[in-house]
Amino acid sequence: MTPDHPALQLWPVAASATAVETDQLILAFTVLTLVLTVPVFLAITWFALRYREGSDANREPSGIRSNLIEISWMLVPFLLTLVFFAWGARLFVDSRNPPPDSMVIEAVGRQWMWKFQHPTGQAEINDLHLPIGQPIKMHIISQDVIHALYLPAVRMQVAALPDRYTEMWFKADKVGTFHLYCSEYCGTDHSVMGGKVTFMNPGDYQDWLVHAGAEQGKVAAGRALYQAYGCAACHEPGSPVGAPGLAGLYGSRVRLADGRTVVADNGWLRQKILNPNGDRLAGGGKQVMPSFAGLIPEDELGRLIDFIKAYPGPGQSAEATR
Amino acid sequence: MSASGTIEGAAGREPHAPEATLGRKPDYLHAESTLRSWFLTTDHKRIAILYLISITGFFVIGALAAGVVRLALVVPNGAIMANDTYNKAFTIHGVVMVWFFLIPSIPATFGNFLIPLMIGAKDLAFPKLNLTSWYVFMTGALFTLASVVLGGVDTGWTFYAPLSTAFSNTWVLPALIGVTIVGFSSILTGLNFVVTIHTMRAPGMTWFKLPIFVWTHYATSLIFLLATPVITTALILLIAERGFHVGVFDPAYGGDPVLFQHLFWFYSHPAVYIMVLPGMGVISEIVPAFARKKLFGYRFVAYASIGLASVTFFVWGHHMFVNGQSDLASLVFSSLSFAVAVPSAVKVYNWTATIHKGSLRLDTPMLYAMGYIGLFVLGGLTGLYLATLAINQHVHATYFVVAHFHYIMVGGTVLAFLGGLHFWWPKFTGRMYSEPWGRVSAVLIFLGFNVTFFPQFILGYLGMPRRYATYPPEFQLLNVLSSAGATILAAGYIFPMLYLVYSLWFGRKAAANPWDAKGLEWETSSPPPTLNFVSPPEVPRVPYDYPIQAQESSDQHR
Repeated sequence: MTPDHPALQLWPVAASATAVETDQLILAFTVLTLVLTVPVFLAITWFALRYREGSDANREPSGIRSNLIEISWMLVPFLLTLVFFAWGARLFVDSRNPPPDSMVIEAVGRQWMWKFQHPTGQAEINDLHLPIGQPIKMHIISQDVIHALYLPAVRMQVAALPDRYTEMWFKADKVGTFHLYCSEYCGTDHSVMGGKVTFMNPGDYQDWLVHAGAEQGKVAAGRALYQAYGCAACHEPGSPVGAPGLAGLYGSRVRLADGRTVVADNGWLRQKILNPNGDRLAGGGKQVMPSFAGLIPEDELGRLIDFIKAYPGPGQSAEATR
Repeated sequence: MSASGTIEGAAGREPHAPEATLGRKPDYLHAESTLRSWFLTTDHKRIAILYLISITGFFVIGALAAGVVRLALVVPNGAIMANDTYNKAFTIHGVVMVWFFLIPSIPATFGNFLIPLMIGAKDLAFPKLNLTSWYVFMTGALFTLASVVLGGVDTGWTFYAPLSTAFSNTWVLPALIGVTIVGFSSILTGLNFVVTIHTMRAPGMTWFKLPIFVWTHYATSLIFLLATPVITTALILLIAERGFHVGVFDPAYGGDPVLFQHLFWFYSHPAVYIMVLPGMGVISEIVPAFARKKLFGYRFVAYASIGLASVTFFVWGHHMFVNGQSDLASLVFSSLSFAVAVPSAVKVYNWTATIHKGSLRLDTPMLYAMGYIGLFVLGGLTGLYLATLAINQHVHATYFVVAHFHYIMVGGTVLAFLGGLHFWWPKFTGRMYSEPWGRVSAVLIFLGFNVTFFPQFILGYLGMPRRYATYPPEFQLLNVLSSAGATILAAGYIFPMLYLVYSLWFGRKAAANPWDAKGLEWETSSPPPTLNFVSPPEVPRVPYDYPIQAQESSDQHR
């Protein structure tokens, strides 16, 4: 969740020294742009007024050699902009060479989610928690098409390529929660392939690794899978398909069409996801859910069940599971 | 030919029957009137009209798709349409606008019509090849439209592999085949122009008497010939991979997806200059005509056209700074990209200097030209922002890029196209359009364009990625502003379609040279006879021989 949603934001938050310098670079470049363009715009407007047909303006040639003018307006703007090439190149080279003490996060992109793994083994999906003051090196790869990991708060993005690692590094210096995007178009749900990056104090990050990383992270990961495998499209309340809701399902007694009653525990939920045609529900509508056997790896099935387990009961907001 | 600067509005006109050419040899429009005489014509002017009608149709399709995109983005949560619908809409918009409007826009219509007239020739060097190029173009268009009718494509106009070859479940193959075919039409047009400009110039029409319009089309034709075969190859390889699993780009078959991006941008960056250079040619004709002054720095502007067409082949890697290209390559491509600033600055400053101490008439074509200069300057300079490595790794693939290239392609090419359409409309049709409506539309388009696209620079720097069907709510206000601007822009596009068509039947008849402009195309009647000139035109002593002479540079009188 973003801390606040200002209706009109005009400048993005900068959460690293590189981000601050990138901002300085573009602001300085904008000053140069104004220096180069405002005179042209003013000149065109002024000439259009001064030299309108019928005006009594002086139209005598002013006697300046045009070759000299030509060469100066070819070279002066070019040389001025080269300053920005050099500045941008220096900052780029710095931001491409991670310090040796960087903490390595493994990032895997696939249609349509990001998976992150911390050095201590904790994994997250779409969300990413990181300490500030510590160089972070993202080790990035894709499992299918080309994606790109984009963190605007640190002004950085790098493609996630299939079959080849790419890298990005940064050192955050501001605590907060910021957007995390896929910025290379990757198909249907490109725009929902992302989440939040949370920069934390190192102590908080250690706490997160111990507690949230293990528990809260599991549910968040399950929610991401619930979206990614398309479960949400039918099972969320209000869906036109009208599939059975998940509120209060875990641990409840479920009546089946053949008269039996079963408890919706981990094993039954797993079977029902893999083989939806078994154990028809009493009073259920037409069975349209496809089988997910062979499509969802075991560890992800576990996360999905964790998510169903934490799914809020009737009347609670779905936000509570975040 | 007294009409200079005194074009009245619709009120001052009387309707004329189109066949009011009694007693003269019929012009090219009325030489024959059967459908067959149009569809089998080898007259470069009629082929230009066939192209003009076709690309106007594609412009409407592309604009409707843009309307769908802007509609979807009014709300952040994607409530108006499914993500797939949105993705197909921006793909259709890109594919149609780039390949079926922008690339053929000025060369295939104005270039086709005007190059022979401007150099004093009866036709292009290969008239049948010219007609062939239109049929090839339409065949490619049919394949692409088929993919839209069958259900659409969702890969983006860039067709990046392996999304396009292995993962998209949409109608990618017909779209790829269509775009591949259209490339051949570009090649045929380019070949025809190069040969024509080399071999068909009237006696006395030396290279440095050619209008800049011809110079820019020569430069464009070189790009058509040298760059198009590369995209053709790349697309055929995509077709082979998608259709027959030939492993070229998909790592699953041992390919390399970055290779496709290199091939794609090796063409598609020069293609930007296929779109931009002809527009520069149009502006270089309009500005002297409405300033009544010789073009400032003629030779520099001519050389700058060839300069742009050359430099553009060495900068394709600036599209790939964050796409897995080596850092050294990125440094080299970044530095080379800054060189584009030199010939671009030559053009802009020389147009401005041409206006200086001129005698200005602010008719519709000139309003478009002045708008063009402003928007092209902003588009060009933001291109340098994107060529700056550290800025690029933040704004790459965001709305900053979207704003930048629309400033170049709409602010540049479309405004030049509309300016040229109004400037040469009397020559093409023999009719004058409504000048007041023309001016209103030009102002509407300029305002609507800026309201649509300027907010996108801010959205991009804030970090809104492009091609997003849904987006964070804090970006909604700027997106609504952008969509509101798009409706103004749409109104600005609709007016010319109405009053230009109206003028075909009810417009005041145009004189041979209603603007009192220089250039051989104004030496023949409006519209011209089938063979362009009744008697061989006399080539003037210098190009742009307007009453007010520019500052003479030492080399202009050779």
